[in-house]
Amino acid sequence: MSNTNKHIVLKTKDLSIGYKTKKAETVIADNINIELHKGEFIGLVGANGIGKSTLLRTLTNVQNSLSGSIYINNKLLSEFQPEDLAKAMSLVLTEQIASKNLSVFELVALGRQPYTNWIGNLSENDITIINRSLQQTNIEALKHKRCFELSDGQLQKVMIARALAQDTDLIILDEPTTHLDMYHKAYILKLLQKLAKETNKTILFSSHEIDLAIQLCDKMIVMTANNVVSDTPCNLISKGTFNTLFPKDLIAFDENTGSFRVKK
Amino acid sequence: MQTSKTYKIPFLVLALILIICFIINISLGSVSIPLKSIFNSLFGTADNESWQYIIQNYRLPKAFTAILVGSGLGISGLLMQTLFRNPLAGPFVLGITSGASLGVALIIMGASIFGGFFATILISKWSIVIAASLGSFLVLLTVLIVSAKVRDTMAILIIGLMFGSITAAIVSVLSYFSSAEQLQQYIFWGFGSLGNLSWYELFIFFLIYCIGIILSVVSIKGLNTLLLGENYAKSLGLNIKQSRLIIIIATSLLAGTITAFAGPIAFIGLAIPHMTRQIFSTSNHKILLPAVFLFGAIVMLICDSIAQLPTSDYTLPINAITSLIGAPVVIWLLVRKRKMMF
Repeated sequence: MSNTNKHIVLKTKDLSIGYKTKKAETVIADNINIELHKGEFIGLVGANGIGKSTLLRTLTNVQNSLSGSIYINNKLLSEFQPEDLAKAMSLVLTEQIASKNLSVFELVALGRQPYTNWIGNLSENDITIINRSLQQTNIEALKHKRCFELSDGQLQKVMIARALAQDTDLIILDEPTTHLDMYHKAYILKLLQKLAKETNKTILFSSHEIDLAIQLCDKMIVMTANNVVSDTPCNLISKGTFNTLFPKDLIAFDENTGSFRVKK
Repeated sequence: MQTSKTYKIPFLVLALILIICFIINISLGSVSIPLKSIFNSLFGTADNESWQYIIQNYRLPKAFTAILVGSGLGISGLLMQTLFRNPLAGPFVLGITSGASLGVALIIMGASIFGGFFATILISKWSIVIAASLGSFLVLLTVLIVSAKVRDTMAILIIGLMFGSITAAIVSVLSYFSSAEQLQQYIFWGFGSLGNLSWYELFIFFLIYCIGIILSVVSIKGLNTLLLGENYAKSLGLNIKQSRLIIIIATSLLAGTITAFAGPIAFIGLAIPHMTRQIFSTSNHKILLPAVFLFGAIVMLICDSIAQLPTSDYTLPINAITSLIGAPVVIWLLVRKRKMMF
């Protein structure tokens, strides 16, 4: 694949992540070198406690890296002003929103905050973008509903619409499929895949749905105790990366079906 | 943030009710004055000089104080509820009243214990205002220093509550050693009072109030962003520390001056934002802020009219009325709608 001429949206160079206290430095993962291109749909997988959240927190500037560098659109993450970063990267987090009294339209409209004036008035252009985001996520019918009236699946779509309205090159989602049933897990990931293709945005998500990610992603980032690998799902399967993902006593990766099976 | 509905009619109705309440409020009192004379005195053409004096120097300032107190407490309560994402927060969670009470307690009751410096201070209205302001300012300063260091907004809430406990303890120690007369004076301050403000005092009050309101209006966009939670707000480019600081200063100015001039008025700050949210059924602060302003002013004027005990010579403590009238209303609203939203 010749990705060299494609626009690089996110790039890390020898990134090392972890926690720093006054006394010691706890390295969770190091030597992370990933490159995400425009329009790619990327899944981040790994066992519990391996550092997926830490990596996402570091990439989204919630937490500082230990060493190495992160580039968003070829600019160092640390050099971004908060309002500029808000125009380059949008997030969908696992945490609940504080007020569920907001209507769906109001919530999606908050995605336009980095572009609105001091009191937050929406321009014609803002409203067009909000309505387009609602269309793209198939939630126009919910427009006037309040958030507390929505199911988890609907709410997740609303949060994705909000991220779309923020109109950024990169959207990062932290475990967007938790709390959802099997159908909606597939639905949300399929929707994200479609959005990446249609809008040419780069979408990075962390998930435990490895088999779904293998089927849908352009590229996957696999975190294991030893290293962080990023490649296409096919290459990762043939390299046997998924076999190193979990301890081997309970489940094993079946290369033919691209999914994990319980050992009998 | 745009809301699909327009709110012109509710706003017009509220504004109309405010004007009616204002007129009712100034027409009530221990001296009964006919409505026609009240209008005449407002425009300075009254036939009866003592009536005109009562209206211009007593009832009008009191009505304006009620408007400032009601709207100011309502708005600062709204700011605190959104900032702390807690429907139980009010303007006093930052320990502002506690600070003011401590200042006043020291002035009134400190003399007997410490003597010396405190004994030389004459207990006038200004010294109480100054003591209350100083007390709340000191608490505010501590909260601000702490909030600059603490990343967690909830920690600030707890710290405010702790200040409340500390000052309450000091006040009990002080009252244990003071005379019945001093105790009574302190308790009277705690009842709250909207009257007794001269035009000059009202002017100072109004100036500080305006700064608080301007800072609140500036915070509207940030407050709306905070409805998503702090992490989302940060991802939308909001400078959390700066917005938090502005919101805390606005609240402190509003609640601090109100407590200094009118005493600790309970309930209004907590309840008005809830009532307004139920009536307007929105969380958009661009709508809520002016609505809370109108609604707070109306409720305070009504409470004050009731406190007058129409046609009698007695005035009830305003602090008791606000809770007596308001609490059942909030319970009724919540039972009817079955949902506490913010």
